Amino acid sequence: MSGMVWKVGNDIDTDALAPGKYMKCDIDEIARHCLEDVLPGFASTVRPGDVLVAGRNFGIGSSREQAPEALKRLGVAAVVAPSFAGLFYRNALNLGLAVVVCERADEIPDGARVKVDAAAGRIDGPGLSLPCQPIPPFLLQMLDAGGLLPHLAQRLANEPNLGKRR
Amino acid sequence: MSSHSPPQTLAQKLIARASGRSHVTPGDIVTCEVDLAMSHDSSGPRRVAPLLERLGVTVWDPDKYVIVTDHYLPAVDSESQAIIRFTRDWVAREGIRHFHDGVGICHAVLPEKGHLRPGMLAVGGDSHSPTGGAFGAYMFGVGATEMLGVLVTGQIWLRVPDTIRIEWDGRFAPGVCAKDAMLFLCGRFGMDGGRYQAVEYAGSAVRALPMQERMTMSNMTAEFGGQAGLVAPDETTLAWLAAAGVEGVDAAPWFSDPDAPLLAHHRFDAGALAPQVAAPYSPANAAAVGDYAGESIDIAYVGACTGAKLEDLRMAASVLRGRRIARGVQLMVAPASAADQRQAEREGTLAALLDAGATLLPNACGACAGYGAHRFGENARVISSTARNFKGRMGAASAQVFLASPWTVAASALEGRIADPRPYLDTRQENRT
Repeated sequence: MSGMVWKVGNDIDTDALAPGKYMKCDIDEIARHCLEDVLPGFASTVRPGDVLVAGRNFGIGSSREQAPEALKRLGVAAVVAPSFAGLFYRNALNLGLAVVVCERADEIPDGARVKVDAAAGRIDGPGLSLPCQPIPPFLLQMLDAGGLLPHLAQRLANEPNLGKRR
Repeated sequence: MSSHSPPQTLAQKLIARASGRSHVTPGDIVTCEVDLAMSHDSSGPRRVAPLLERLGVTVWDPDKYVIVTDHYLPAVDSESQAIIRFTRDWVAREGIRHFHDGVGICHAVLPEKGHLRPGMLAVGGDSHSPTGGAFGAYMFGVGATEMLGVLVTGQIWLRVPDTIRIEWDGRFAPGVCAKDAMLFLCGRFGMDGGRYQAVEYAGSAVRALPMQERMTMSNMTAEFGGQAGLVAPDETTLAWLAAAGVEGVDAAPWFSDPDAPLLAHHRFDAGALAPQVAAPYSPANAAAVGDYAGESIDIAYVGACTGAKLEDLRMAASVLRGRRIARGVQLMVAPASAADQRQAEREGTLAALLDAGATLLPNACGACAGYGAHRFGENARVISSTARNFKGRMGAASAQVFLASPWTVAASALEGRIADPRPYLDTRQENRT
């Protein structure tokens, strides 16, 4: 995956990603307000394949998975940060959004075109090649399937005793 | 544990049981059987039901799935009404027996109804789910899709966490409580201080806390960045459970072995802790109340699972009893549960709040979630007993929300500016422990 870099700071919270007052709305409406108080214009100009590069502790706060879902709906290909809030990290992978831990994320320039290889744990760009923590294999498998829902569908198809069938 | 087993922390013991092992090591990835799953109206049926339908399955065990309505009550618009109506219809259709509708905030209601017991592994579709750790249960928050996984399989994966032990020695001083302790930790170590590991609260000051105060500690483990916030169960835990109708609970196995390896161990003198205030827009902006004293406020808010349980209402009342709030200040009180409100009414706590000039709001998440009717306006200056003061969360992006204990919120309501509660305390009422 490759795209243009959008940079945000430390401690971006889930209220900034999926504002509470829009939580009763569908994901398209929530996505329109994603990061509006932090990075005005992001939601209307971000392009599919772009990469969000953040400071540490990205996604703190709520369990609301509309936070990663909004980024995914906007076409964000990956979020790269030196650290993530644990709940956000799990939610993102469950929804099929790549989240990549990169200690040197601050070296990635705003607006650069980069290529993120979540499986290999590498980010490459013009004059730039940074190592990242590889995503554990069992989570990578789920990410490749598109998230937990398709992964569960696969399991239900293959494991006759799994789940209480309707 | 047998003397042959390597020493384990409480978190390890809980996860070992849930994953069917005698011993687990931090860093292991394990699959756990889920004893209890909880969702509220926002993260629950409206999100998971369509997905269950797509997969052609139903809830693995309807008796282990508890649903609470709290985020969209009172339903103030048609979207909120539709969410609440869908929740009620689905619960009836699926035969969910444990449905607590309009009786308070999930994290207050769950323990009230006796759902949480020592030894359990539980998940909640809400970030403040670590509250359950106060009962010696390994409980943590998950998103709706992860909840779907639990509802289909009855299982969830975990990376066995390291444990960060936070010990409070001595006793908290009058006017200082669990909320202050947690704001202090956020200020000292940041919102990622917990490193998504297990945080265990211990020490004589924690042992002396009533259950709802322990719940506040476990609850704000979310802000401290831990996955779970545990307190080893004891006589106080068993007494609460007995009052909730839960008998025959064995608390004995659920403690950390003294020599179990820890990621970090911090010891603090509880008696030296001053009331804390966190400035906008982060709980990590915490400092002693003196640093912010004098900041003007228009609204004092006592609400949420973090800050409006019966113990919290009692704190606010002990400051406000026989006094009136300052002119121009609005004091709003949203008791965390209907049962807590009833008890507050019986014992005169509620009257003390109302006589001081408080406005009573429904037993729901209210302004803390910022989903519905009660959101603060442009440039509002607020002091709140809730857990988070992120920009725009509780109202307009220009609203300034300071976080503090119910004691400090009440004292600030009296003065119209951020104030130290200690001069207002009737010490005869504070000899709780």
